[in-house]
Amino acid sequence: MKVTTLPASLDERTFDAVARGLDGEPAERRLFDGSHVRWADPYGMIGLLAVGSVAGRESEQPILRLPEQPDVLSYMARMGFFEHAEAIFEIHGATRRSRHDGPSDVLLEITAINSHADVHSVVDLVNERGMSILTKQLNYPVREAFQFSVVLSEVCQNIIEHAETGGWVATQRYTWTKRLAGRKVVVIAVMDLGVGFRQSLSSTHAARHGDGGRFSDAAALEAAFLHGQTRFHDPGRGQGLQQIRKQVGRWNGRVSIRSGSARIADVPDWDDSLPLEEQLPFVPGSQIGIILPARVDEGGLTVPAHAAKGEVQ
Amino acid sequence: MRYGPASVVPFQIDLSSIARRSVASLYSHLVTRPTGRALRLGIESQIGELGAACISVLDFTQVVVLDYSCADEAVAKLMDRYRGADRPADVYFLARGLGEQHRDPIEAVLARYDMALSAEVAAAGFVLLGTASPGERDVWVALESTRTAAPDEIARLLNGDERETTTLLDGLCERRVALRRSDSRYQALSSLLAVAEA
Repeated sequence: MKVTTLPASLDERTFDAVARGLDGEPAERRLFDGSHVRWADPYGMIGLLAVGSVAGRESEQPILRLPEQPDVLSYMARMGFFEHAEAIFEIHGATRRSRHDGPSDVLLEITAINSHADVHSVVDLVNERGMSILTKQLNYPVREAFQFSVVLSEVCQNIIEHAETGGWVATQRYTWTKRLAGRKVVVIAVMDLGVGFRQSLSSTHAARHGDGGRFSDAAALEAAFLHGQTRFHDPGRGQGLQQIRKQVGRWNGRVSIRSGSARIADVPDWDDSLPLEEQLPFVPGSQIGIILPARVDEGGLTVPAHAAKGEVQ
Repeated sequence: MRYGPASVVPFQIDLSSIARRSVASLYSHLVTRPTGRALRLGIESQIGELGAACISVLDFTQVVVLDYSCADEAVAKLMDRYRGADRPADVYFLARGLGEQHRDPIEAVLARYDMALSAEVAAAGFVLLGTASPGERDVWVALESTRTAAPDEIARLLNGDERETTTLLDGLCERRVALRRSDSRYQALSSLLAVAEA
């Protein structure tokens, strides 16, 4: 059995370490040891579901050893993690609370996206729950808070339109204690285990350049993310990602897409990650992460996060 | 083919009510391509029933969220169908009840198709959305202010050349954001809306 010790912090920064759990013989059973996990965000939790799903494709159901810290377990339960994990993992560890046993502070629990109807449900729910969080806690004007729903809608539709399979979405508001000078942020994670950007674009790319066989994950991400290319021959297609980038950029947020063995990102000044990474551990499908920082008020003026003073990473 | 205002039937479409009817009363927000497609088919069906040249008013007053995919299907693809020589009916589109949150998606999808749309935006009045040259925009604004005018009148307003103004006005008619009347005067689409509501 291949054992992977999960990092103390389960988020986008540590996702590649989790993905390395897929290295080695595919038929070998996997154990993901989360005993020492102290923190998990939507990207980390959905990422674990994605990696666990892949691990179970060619071998016995993987094992997940749960975190020992009760507050981490409690939070994962509130995010609906176990409702999805039970079908993917053989779960070892303490009993976890149902997410329905009390009022929730969650913006959007882990939600399966399998159809356009699911996208409508997500938008309805986030508009119902999220407006006060976005306007009162993140200081977004009402108009921009509505745009949050648009971003969420487009990013979820990306699964249905391009992945040819289902996926998950989740979003939550946090207060970062170290990065961004303790500012509040909203984290959105959307993932699928579908065909990925390279395969989705390969026929279009081969038709244009005649070298579909050498089309890499990084090249596919650049084509879609930077140039809005899509497999559809329709002038209206391919703008979803472009508009997400534009909107997230206005909020001085960060958006990244990982697909196959590459990751591309629009990196704001408060983040130190690379705009393009290759030769990462392979994970099928696509993993999208969005971080939106709160607007801050300086001397009575509300300004985007990047204009604020006192940045501490 | 030229149309005078009398031959154009104003036709108002409440997008939220169409959405409810076309998508089985499920969705209060205009998101996703299937929703946009259903909207478009519903509007096309209503236009087809009129069987005449008409002004189709896309009313966003009750629309809270509009995403790009839905806007592409319900606005851009709809307008695209009625702009070519092979269009199934003579339709002029106007948008009203637009909030600031609707502008981005509509501007973005219009730009993709190189189209323009006359739109009534909250707190801004009628504006020209989408793609147009600076000259076309100036002429469009001047025509909006006069509601109806001959090219020489617009040219005087803008201190411009009459022939060039006529070319720009014809360009606006080609883009279907203004009307050329049978008496060679030009008409702002918004003025027809006011006539319909009087």
